Amino acid sequence: MSDILSLNNVQKIYGSNTAVESISFSVKKGEIVGLLGPNGAGKTTTINMVLGVLKPTSGVIYINGIDIAKQRSAALEQTNFAAVYAPLPGNLTVTQNLKVFGKIYCVKNLKIRIEELLAEYDLVKFRDTRCGVLSSGEQTRVSLAKAALNNPKLLLLDEPTASLDPSTAKDIREKIRGFAAHGESGVLWTSHNMYEVQEVCDRVLFMSKGKILLEGNPKTLPAEHGKTTLEELFITVAREPLKLEEK
Amino acid sequence: MKTSRITALMLRQFYLIRGSVTRVIPLFIWQAIDIVIWGFMTKFLNEFTHTNMNFVPMVLGTVLVWEFMVRVMHGTSMAFMEDSWSRNFLNLFASPMRVSEYLSGLVLTGITTSMFGLVVMLILAMGVFGLSMLIYGVMIIPFILVIVLFSISLGIFGCAIMLRYGPSSEWFVWPIPAVIAPFVGVFYPLSTLPSWMQAVAHIFPPSYVFENMRSIIAGNGISIQSLIIAAALALIYIMLACWCFVKIYNHALKTGLIARYSAESVS
Repeated sequence: MSDILSLNNVQKIYGSNTAVESISFSVKKGEIVGLLGPNGAGKTTTINMVLGVLKPTSGVIYINGIDIAKQRSAALEQTNFAAVYAPLPGNLTVTQNLKVFGKIYCVKNLKIRIEELLAEYDLVKFRDTRCGVLSSGEQTRVSLAKAALNNPKLLLLDEPTASLDPSTAKDIREKIRGFAAHGESGVLWTSHNMYEVQEVCDRVLFMSKGKILLEGNPKTLPAEHGKTTLEELFITVAREPLKLEEK
Repeated sequence: MKTSRITALMLRQFYLIRGSVTRVIPLFIWQAIDIVIWGFMTKFLNEFTHTNMNFVPMVLGTVLVWEFMVRVMHGTSMAFMEDSWSRNFLNLFASPMRVSEYLSGLVLTGITTSMFGLVVMLILAMGVFGLSMLIYGVMIIPFILVIVLFSISLGIFGCAIMLRYGPSSEWFVWPIPAVIAPFVGVFYPLSTLPSWMQAVAHIFPPSYVFENMRSIIAGNGISIQSLIIAAALALIYIMLACWCFVKIYNHALKTGLIARYSAESVS
């Protein structure tokens, strides 16, 4: 499997505060990688650097082999993202938003692609509804449809199921698993729902205070560190990161 | 540059205008009001002064060109504000859109939406107050282009200010044309101004445009030299505005301001 995303010694420093401390990891084709950690661990800072909206202080980020610092536009053509804190403009309808972003991502056969996504994300009945009046779960589905518009090689999802009911969240997880299973794309996923992470992710990275403390299979990692569940391991990372660092 | 991305921004603005009366009316209302006020003012001046001078082309023509300039500048800035109001920067700047494509989209949106205002102003000025733009001849066209270039530079500069200082700084941007207006002689010849203001006037391209418009009405024709100076200045302003925007954009990438735009400052 070749790397879709590769971070080499990426660091972000704000003044005297180190938000991300020289991290390196990769996401391979067909792989879903969970980026986990307590609030303020550096997950969103890392995602923002991968999205090209935050410049690393040092280090290199490659998306599908393209250095984002040197060929920003070409690198970002390979990606798309959905995040709870980045809803689509509420004053445009679902179809209008998908058309505008489809043109921004230069999607071919856009009309057909939009119809496919409206059906896939159960948005047909909301096609002419302004996004601002949709429920948070419906808005999340629109964001996910936008994220899938260009069939990205790298899909970045920051808590994508945070506002979804369990049934819709399950459907979305299956869609994203299916998306990665085609083998051409990789997914970087953040979530605080450890059950979901265990179900969806092939590999997880635990971050705390800007560092990657642990990495491994979410199904076996807790036992490797003397914990019974991923949630228990998460709590240890959040409360006692030094203990894990010493190991 | 990919035209698809530029047209995406124009399409977005078209959707917004089509679906909102509060966006349609400002496209022409303030310009229309100014033309009505200055139209009656010029009629009054024509009657009051009892001279052979016709104030309609002398003042109303320059007011119309000035209002068009203001509209293009505000149109460009407004397209940027739409992204600020709908908190859309993260979606846009995390996309493959280049800064040049984004700015081109804003500028073309500004120019296109300004055409509505221009048409309404021309209908009022010609239909109600008898202004004929033909009186200026074809040489008015390059001067109008200079005005458009200058208004684009002001629009981009306004966007740069808002990107740097956050949503509330739009209040710095709206009055930029009003700050420049006293210097550039929209309503009066530059010779009316004190010498220090005349010196300042010569760094703004519109000063040359309005002086030449008055010169045409007075039967003295245009000055090619001042057209060249005005065009060169307008190009310099555009380059400075783009440089300023790119500099601030790079600062925003470094500090994380794009992801935290509503915080207004992160450093």
